Amino acid sequence: MIISIASGKGGTGKTTIATSLALSIGRNVQFLDCDVEEPNARIFLKPQIEKVEKVTVLVPEVDENKCDFCGKCSEVCEYNAIVVAKNKVLIFPELCHSCGGCVLFCPQKAIAEKEREIGKIEVGKAGDIGFISGILNVGEAMPVPMVSAVKRKINKEKSVIIDVSPGTSCPVVEAVKYSDYCILVTESTPFGLSDLKLAMGVLAKMKIPCGIVINKYDSTYTKTEEFCKQQDIPVLLKIPEDRKIAESYSKGEPLVKALPEYKNEFVKMLERIKK
Amino acid sequence: MKQITVISGKGGTGKTTIAAAFASLTKSKVMADCDVDAADLYLILTPEVKEKHEFSAAKIALVDKEKCIECRKCIEVCRFSAVSDNFVVDPVSCEGCGVCYRICPTEAIKFEEKISGYHFVSDTRFGPMAHARLEIASENSGKLVTLVRKKAREIAKNNKLDYILIDGPPGIGCPVIASLTGVNLALVVSEPTLSGIHDLERVIDLTEHFKIKTLVCINKYDINRENVRRIEEICVKKSIKVAGKIPYDTEVNRAMRMEKTIIEYDPQSEIAQEITRIWNMIENEV
Repeated sequence: MIISIASGKGGTGKTTIATSLALSIGRNVQFLDCDVEEPNARIFLKPQIEKVEKVTVLVPEVDENKCDFCGKCSEVCEYNAIVVAKNKVLIFPELCHSCGGCVLFCPQKAIAEKEREIGKIEVGKAGDIGFISGILNVGEAMPVPMVSAVKRKINKEKSVIIDVSPGTSCPVVEAVKYSDYCILVTESTPFGLSDLKLAMGVLAKMKIPCGIVINKYDSTYTKTEEFCKQQDIPVLLKIPEDRKIAESYSKGEPLVKALPEYKNEFVKMLERIKK
Repeated sequence: MKQITVISGKGGTGKTTIAAAFASLTKSKVMADCDVDAADLYLILTPEVKEKHEFSAAKIALVDKEKCIECRKCIEVCRFSAVSDNFVVDPVSCEGCGVCYRICPTEAIKFEEKISGYHFVSDTRFGPMAHARLEIASENSGKLVTLVRKKAREIAKNNKLDYILIDGPPGIGCPVIASLTGVNLALVVSEPTLSGIHDLERVIDLTEHFKIKTLVCINKYDINRENVRRIEEICVKKSIKVAGKIPYDTEVNRAMRMEKTIIEYDPQSEIAQEITRIWNMIENEV
């Protein structure tokens, strides 16, 4: 079963929920950190890293001996990643989406592709948890190929937990794609609710079932629960706004280690999701 | 005209709360909400929309079954596995490269612009605001950010405003880069958590990479003072000033629920006073 943990709004507690869920399952579980821009799960799971792999994307390389500067490559590139001047071809690799169009349509067959590194993947173990984390190089604009590379490591024999980046755009879509279930983590604030609605929109579009965890729960803010009720989306767990939880988080302590009484709550949540 | 971007790396550290507070501290400015994925500034500034524009930066492929001879060429060339075995393009997977449309021997594939979002110009009680809404699960958030910033620049220029205040997105990817290019100063809102420190280091590497003057402020500083010292050490090493330290206080959530900035809600609070000091420092730095 593949469960992803997403949120819309940042800082609501995705990594807290994802790491604690993985620790509560304990065995036969694989953890994927797909928040490749800011991968933080390693802080909480403290994995032993066994290997580090480079992640590359393909970018065009023009053989100027074969090129007759016809401009076809530039014409077919939807991303403005190739510009052809009078006798020079300029390539902007950071804009390239590796679609291969320029290679395919070059009449002179003057374009080949070469690998360009955009980040790395750490593979290791945190106890019995298989740990995989994608780390995008600083200055790289496109996280999606990194997320896809991390997801190619999925072992379907295991319970797979995916920690997703905040937001609602392409890296989030790529990370939650093919999940059997998605846990959306929100907080008891108008910001949390507004972004929860957006995240639910993404999942509805992708036809992925979801449930809600309300973190930093404040019983005086009732709108989140009202909304969930109205949408018929289950509230799986509420974790109160508590300075102690914030403090243990600040030290990199997983919630279920700092407050072991939550472990049972996570096990129950998992059983509910499986149903 | 000076442009200031509030970013954080890690989400949920308090970017929007601080950006909104700045809105009530300075008169001559336009606000730009560049967190187009999950825009929240509107919840405090309650803008009245004056202009709404469509944003369509991406195209999408669509197979016309009548003309399709099922030669599978499109499936073969698509690097994004967006064309299914029964020749239907998955709009979520399609990256709009157009390779299928160009390769199709019977011109059975249409390749048309799709609406990826909307951008707005609005009035608020603090003056004009440029903002946007990316369609759910869309791409090109970087381009939409660039558009919001362009609108904000026009407004600032036409009204001779001193500042463009940009509320940036979390992360370090394309919309963040688009929120940062060419600004006068980036304020990084950090928090003294190990995750916060990890993400702060990555985001200041990013501002360094783009040679942008950077200030750091530490939100919720009193939850872990040892981590505050670590942040201060990192900043010393990078020759970055720490502009201020804001205490942990759930009152900010109450202010948010009342659609008020923390300055409006309680100007005498420690948070409000510290944010005011941070703003004064920014004004001195730019």
